[in-house]
Amino acid sequence: MDYGLIIQILDSTLRLATPLLLACLAGMFSERAGVFDIGLEGKMLAAAFLSAAVAAATGSVWLGLLAGIAASLALALLHGVASITFRGDQLISGVAINFLAAGLTVIVGQAWFSLGGRTPPLSGEGRFSEIEWPLAGIINDIPVAGPIYADIISGHTILVYVALLAVPLSWFVLFRTRYGLRLRAVGENPGAVDTAGISVTRLRYGAVLICGLLCGLAGAYLATGLAAGFVKEMTAGRGFIALAALIFAKWRPWHALGACLLFGFLDASAPFLENKDVLGVTIVPQFIQALPYMLTVFILAGFIGRADPPRAGGAAYVKER
Amino acid sequence: MDTMPKWADIVLIPLINLLIAFFLSGLVIWAIGKDPFEAIRTMVAGAFGSTDGVGYTLYYTTNFIFTGLAVAVASRAALFNIGGEGQVMLGGLGLTLLLLTVDFPHWAIALPVAVITSAAFGAGWAFVPAYLAAKRGSHIVVTTIMFNFIAFSLLGYMLVSSWIKKPGGVPESLDFAETVHLPNFHDILAPLGIEFSKHAPANISFFIAVACCVLFFVVMWHTQLGTAIRQFGKSEGAAIYAGVSPVKITIIAMMISGGLAGLMAVNATMGEAERLILGFSEGAGFIGIAVALMGRNHPFGIFLAAVLFGFLYQGGSELSLWMGIPRELVIVIQALVILLTGALDNMVRMPVERLFLHFRKGAN
Amino acid sequence: MSVETQKGRQDTAALTAPAPAIELRGISKSFGPVQANKDIAIKVAKGTIHGIIGENGAGKSTLMSILYGFYKADKGEILINGDHTDIPDSQAAIAAGIGMVFQHFKLVENFTVLENVVLGAESGPMLRPSLSKARKLLTQLSDEYELSVDPDAKIEDLSVGHQQRVEILKALYRQADILILDEPTGVLTPAEADHLFRILEGLRAQGKTIILITHKLREIMEITDTVSVMRRGQMTATVKTAETNPEQLAELMVGRKVLLQVDKAPAKLGDPILEVENLSVVDGDGVERVKGINFNVRAGEILGIAGVSGNGQSELLEVLAGYGKGTGTIRMNGDTLDLTGTKSDAKTRRKQGIAHVPEDRHAEGLILDFEAWENTALGYIDDPAYNRGLLMDNAAIRKDTEEKMERFDVRPPNPRLAAKNFSGGNQQKIVLAREIERNPDLLLIGQPTRGVDIGAIEFIHKQIVALRDQGKAIILVSVELEEIFSLSDRIAVMFDGHIMGERNPADTDEKELGLLMAGMTTEGA
Repeated sequence: MDYGLIIQILDSTLRLATPLLLACLAGMFSERAGVFDIGLEGKMLAAAFLSAAVAAATGSVWLGLLAGIAASLALALLHGVASITFRGDQLISGVAINFLAAGLTVIVGQAWFSLGGRTPPLSGEGRFSEIEWPLAGIINDIPVAGPIYADIISGHTILVYVALLAVPLSWFVLFRTRYGLRLRAVGENPGAVDTAGISVTRLRYGAVLICGLLCGLAGAYLATGLAAGFVKEMTAGRGFIALAALIFAKWRPWHALGACLLFGFLDASAPFLENKDVLGVTIVPQFIQALPYMLTVFILAGFIGRADPPRAGGAAYVKER
Repeated sequence: MDTMPKWADIVLIPLINLLIAFFLSGLVIWAIGKDPFEAIRTMVAGAFGSTDGVGYTLYYTTNFIFTGLAVAVASRAALFNIGGEGQVMLGGLGLTLLLLTVDFPHWAIALPVAVITSAAFGAGWAFVPAYLAAKRGSHIVVTTIMFNFIAFSLLGYMLVSSWIKKPGGVPESLDFAETVHLPNFHDILAPLGIEFSKHAPANISFFIAVACCVLFFVVMWHTQLGTAIRQFGKSEGAAIYAGVSPVKITIIAMMISGGLAGLMAVNATMGEAERLILGFSEGAGFIGIAVALMGRNHPFGIFLAAVLFGFLYQGGSELSLWMGIPRELVIVIQALVILLTGALDNMVRMPVERLFLHFRKGAN
Repeated sequence: MSVETQKGRQDTAALTAPAPAIELRGISKSFGPVQANKDIAIKVAKGTIHGIIGENGAGKSTLMSILYGFYKADKGEILINGDHTDIPDSQAAIAAGIGMVFQHFKLVENFTVLENVVLGAESGPMLRPSLSKARKLLTQLSDEYELSVDPDAKIEDLSVGHQQRVEILKALYRQADILILDEPTGVLTPAEADHLFRILEGLRAQGKTIILITHKLREIMEITDTVSVMRRGQMTATVKTAETNPEQLAELMVGRKVLLQVDKAPAKLGDPILEVENLSVVDGDGVERVKGINFNVRAGEILGIAGVSGNGQSELLEVLAGYGKGTGTIRMNGDTLDLTGTKSDAKTRRKQGIAHVPEDRHAEGLILDFEAWENTALGYIDDPAYNRGLLMDNAAIRKDTEEKMERFDVRPPNPRLAAKNFSGGNQQKIVLAREIERNPDLLLIGQPTRGVDIGAIEFIHKQIVALRDQGKAIILVSVELEEIFSLSDRIAVMFDGHIMGERNPADTDEKELGLLMAGMTTEGA
């Protein structure tokens, strides 16, 4: 395999890992606080649609981004109302939110643009443009190191860097701040938080909204950064891959980065691995497609270390005597 | 004491939930500039106005009975099987492999074998997550989701690169032999002198689905196995105390669940398409969740809820045809039903309970 | 001195004394139709240990939860140090200087001691300064009150006694002046309990006010200055501890003379039914809970197993009942039981003549959502009388249930009523009827009267004795020493997975058993 190809794969690894990473960190905040979220997919989808729609209508990607985040936050709030306020089943609420987004994006999209659920293609100010780092053009000529700087580090849209920065930031918030201590505590034993005089409800809503914000970024990146507009079902299971990555990472930020880069790499290298012979076996594209899911099953089965979710996860908090 | 009489729990609450879901969907229709009442008329006419419409409605109903019962069996054992989609796909794959390798002289001979095969493949696909949950403590919701995606990839491979593929660019299998085509409602009703649309896909599988409802009821409430499943579902501690093995019940309940989901292929693949098509499950595995929630995990309730969703699906396609409202409206209604009956249940339940408490106090 | 005059004297004394640390006036609280607290008034003097005693369900915990802001009272006032104080949430309680140690600890298991202590009382948005500040204060508090714990240990690695110290430290770190402890000794060994009492005395010496909620008379007599008695949601009396005695308190608690003695004829011993040799049990976490014990039970005898809960009794019952794995040998009627393999399940044990009334009827003995008749079939769904061919004969089960309810005086005698709608005593009778009427050779019975009203206790005790008189073997596990004493023909005491000794009830007393329960052998003591 030649060097240019490797650079190309790594470059798209980063692009493809970005929405996964944002969604994965989103899920981490929610689940660390004890609210399971299988509605990452739906929130991303809603954000992707509304960001592309508003960007197309106004010509401003920034307004699109805000709209996308708002859409995701609205669904996050719904999840909060169902699972925190009304103590409903978090898994069922997540399932419902995925369908709600899948249905509404197409209906509203069709009513708005009459393009069969698509938004008009975005261009210019309607999309996030790639940021050229200083001297990228010159350094590119330096062999080996040049392309790494020019193609992998430089030349991504702002949201890619936001996603990467979100990793240390999440780590810091979770493990070095008062808020993080409380958030982790509420996911492990809400009774401890409640008796310490802190509102379980407020903490969990906070975590769910952070989750909504990050999913909003992930969805907006999909439609306005990675692609140029919204198409029906464009998240294509990324919310679930993010969920898989979260389990793979055992709910830890740096591990989440690793897991998302791995899954992004699988996605990026798929076109080059397909139908190639490896050790006498032909790799079929569907195998690469299914690989993240199979790896997650292996993790869940405890074959590669145990993945224990936060202990109070999945259950609404009820005061007990 | 219970705060509410039983009928309120079984009938009133789901009805209120449904009304809210319809009302909100009506708002959506109104918001996109269409008339909600005309939409309802179109849907009713499309689903029940002709034997063609009824045939489609009952075809969808059949699918949803299978997937709804599948979710309900697992639910009764306190397991959330969200992997119906994958189990349906595997049922279809098993059925296709059978019908493409064995020459059956007549559909009546093929049908029982097909039923067993598709159920076995669906059950087999549910076995792995069940085993991992029972033996290794893996979260069954997440593993079954993962297995949906893996099933989709597997089916994709089989329909794109394997020998069952039909020549050409479409991901579907070779056609099944003429001899194994199942009789549809037209074929069944014609000898009785009843006219029924020739093209409607409702077929003999509908009766298999109804039989499954009856069987579900008998097994769940009148056999030791069903009793053990319900004991385990209501209280794991009490079930272990009673001598019920959690491992065994988890695996059995999930395999029955997967088997029922797999049976959907008999209706959709053998009965309707007469070949395996990628994506033939059309999300029915997920609709099973809404159907089971709405039907309170009871076969009679599931039957009614399946008819309701059959109506919504058939009526929904009429909507897109005549009123330009996308079919996805049905997905929105489905989402609202799941949300209201599943996750926001307390939102409706608590005020209703308070109302009953109020009346009861007044009566005393 | 009568209780009434005692109360009167206190009231006049209160006029001149400084304001009490806590004063409650007319507190009432209902949960739906159930009135948990009814017009409660109480004064707790500063710098004292005030006991609140009452049976399970008397409303003690509800009252304290109101004081800690967990519940809102429907009516009534709270005065802290003489000031009217509104306590809408725990935050307000903490601000008012109240700290609470719950029966079930409110600790984050995989956090360190330090993290648990600062949680909710951090000194700023950043964690590090909070932690180092807490570390200093913790060392200081540890020295002051004999509360030493390793600040960097994870909670899940600590013993129960140490976890409780963390709870106390949490309260002290929040500068609590008033400390409420809810049934603090339930999970402690006597030695740990003694240590706790030393800590409490130290706190009282520093001027802290302590409320001790318990149902153990011994503790009230040992450590409190004043004691209030609760019964059925009402405060029935408040007396000085020095001026009362256990008999009087017990009477106030239950409302009439307690029948401590069960009438029973001397045991007519038969052949050994159960022989246990060198039995060990290791739990899921790899901890050895039962450590090579030996005992036997004969026909016509009740073997009482005493001990503080958590010393291996539950695990012993589980292995005997078939749903715990163990090593060693158990023979039932001479046949060796399978302790690990495919025949080590509850169903097989029932066929071998073992019936079991489990310790926790809500989690194991009953399925609360199921109707009474379905609960009667729990564990016996394969009974031929309950089946017809492949199908279950539900009508037969209902009829059988009705008859059993009749014989055991279950009220209401309605087999179609869900188990959750029966009172504790009637629930226990449903379980007991199911198990006793199977006519087992051996009955395992755990905590038979936990959460059961007095009337039902007598009935249940009589049924157990009647079964013994039919020549059956019974193993009774109870944390209530009185119950052990009044029912057992022989008493074995468990401590830390060992049987510390066997005694004849006629030749021993509570003191000796208490020592055994604390792990001390009585030879030379």
